[in-house]
Amino acid sequence: MESLSNKKKQLEIKPLNFWERAYLPAIAKGLSITMSHFFKKPVTIKYPEEKREFSENFRGMHSLKRDEQGRERCTACGLCALSCPAEAITMTAAERQKGEEHLYREEKYAAVYEINMLRCIFCGLCEEACPKEAIYLDGDIVPSDYLRKDFIYGKDKLVEAPLNQ
Amino acid sequence: MELIDLLIKIALIIVIFVISLVVAMYSTYAERKIAAFFQDRVGPNRAGPWGILQPLADGGKMFLKEEIIPTNATGFLFIVGPSLAILTACIGSAVIPWGQNLEIGGRVIPLQVTDINVGILYIFGVVSLGVYGIMIGGWASNNKYSLLGAIRAASQNISYEISMGLSIIALLMVTGTLSLGEIAKQQHGFWADGYFSWNVFKQPLGFLLFIVCAFAETNRSPFDLPECETELVGGYHTEYSSMKLGFYLFAEYINMFISSAVMATLYFGGYNFPFMDLIHSPNLVAILGVVALFIKIFMFIFFFMWVRWTLPRFRYDQLMDLGWKTLIPLAIANIVLTGIFMTFFK
Repeated sequence: MESLSNKKKQLEIKPLNFWERAYLPAIAKGLSITMSHFFKKPVTIKYPEEKREFSENFRGMHSLKRDEQGRERCTACGLCALSCPAEAITMTAAERQKGEEHLYREEKYAAVYEINMLRCIFCGLCEEACPKEAIYLDGDIVPSDYLRKDFIYGKDKLVEAPLNQ
Repeated sequence: MELIDLLIKIALIIVIFVISLVVAMYSTYAERKIAAFFQDRVGPNRAGPWGILQPLADGGKMFLKEEIIPTNATGFLFIVGPSLAILTACIGSAVIPWGQNLEIGGRVIPLQVTDINVGILYIFGVVSLGVYGIMIGGWASNNKYSLLGAIRAASQNISYEISMGLSIIALLMVTGTLSLGEIAKQQHGFWADGYFSWNVFKQPLGFLLFIVCAFAETNRSPFDLPECETELVGGYHTEYSSMKLGFYLFAEYINMFISSAVMATLYFGGYNFPFMDLIHSPNLVAILGVVALFIKIFMFIFFFMWVRWTLPRFRYDQLMDLGWKTLIPLAIANIVLTGIFMTFFK
């Protein structure tokens, strides 16, 4: 039968000649190859002292952003939670009280904002869904931990550090 | 024998014992480091600067591990196995000439524990005893993988001892003595009577056969079938844990050190080095000789490791084919050629 790809190649098995049967030239060749690697620079990145550089569009840990005056941008609209395919995001909204104008940008804010890092697949859809540019996946790799409950990150870990402090 | 001579002997024995243990210890470190370099990695670098405390950490780990003796194992023989392995590995160093005689205060101190006139036969005896440690340990474990590993080790060692012995016979025809001290003395300097004085230049084929057999006898790759992980779990030490396992692993490295020393002595001039006649102080020559011998030994150890990280493991039938159908005929041919050469050209 003719082959579809037309890439057929007939191989012939030649009997080994004397030097091939004696192994030694092949062994010497192999030894020279390994020796050439002996003097090469190691490709190891000594984590955690050194870190591999991430690409520009790397998606790491989430951060909740603040605006120019240091107020939280998030208005707890819930679009991120809705867009999340892994259902990793939950939040509880609250109304801004008088005297809290310097903390929250709009009248509504997220009193509780939790992301389960074990569920998150770092797809970035929350980032795209957010109308207020409040969430970005611009952090580092999420660190390891011992307990499942410790992977549910609250606002203490997610919100950006306040300005000028 | 005077008391002082006895004390000197005991001190020499202790020094050699400690040196072989330290060399074996740091061979494990060197193996890991060299393996790393061959594979473009860094190797152990956490324990101490450049990881030089790694062997100590490994030893500490081995001592602190739980000691497990399987219920159905033969208790006494289970302990005898690793003990025998490490014992036979250590006693091989007794006949190796580590250097020329030192003269301190008019007293001649030989740097060889004992120069028995059957030194090579002693080495052979020790080497063939080494297989008992593996065999007994593998059998006493009462585990099919251990037993298979032990059987492989035994048949491999017996097969390769033959060609090793035959390659040595050709060397003995050249040197005319069985004493290692005498053989080392004959290879004085580097150039004598218009030819190289080291035996490797007189017996190149014999050396090649010997080094192949040495790889097989020390169970090093590419002949490490007794501990072939892919087929036999861990080979003969599958059931071993804690320091008993440590002894098996350690014995392999001591064996490597001793066989490197034997190869250096038999074929690479032992403690002799080029231009040694230009130095007039005999003590300095002796000390430099010891240094030269150790450099040769380390080169061989490096070669052992180099080969280990280059060549894949032989299949079992290939191993037997190589041993019986290639090495033994070559060794016999080498004896015949040596005989013809000695009859007609000397």
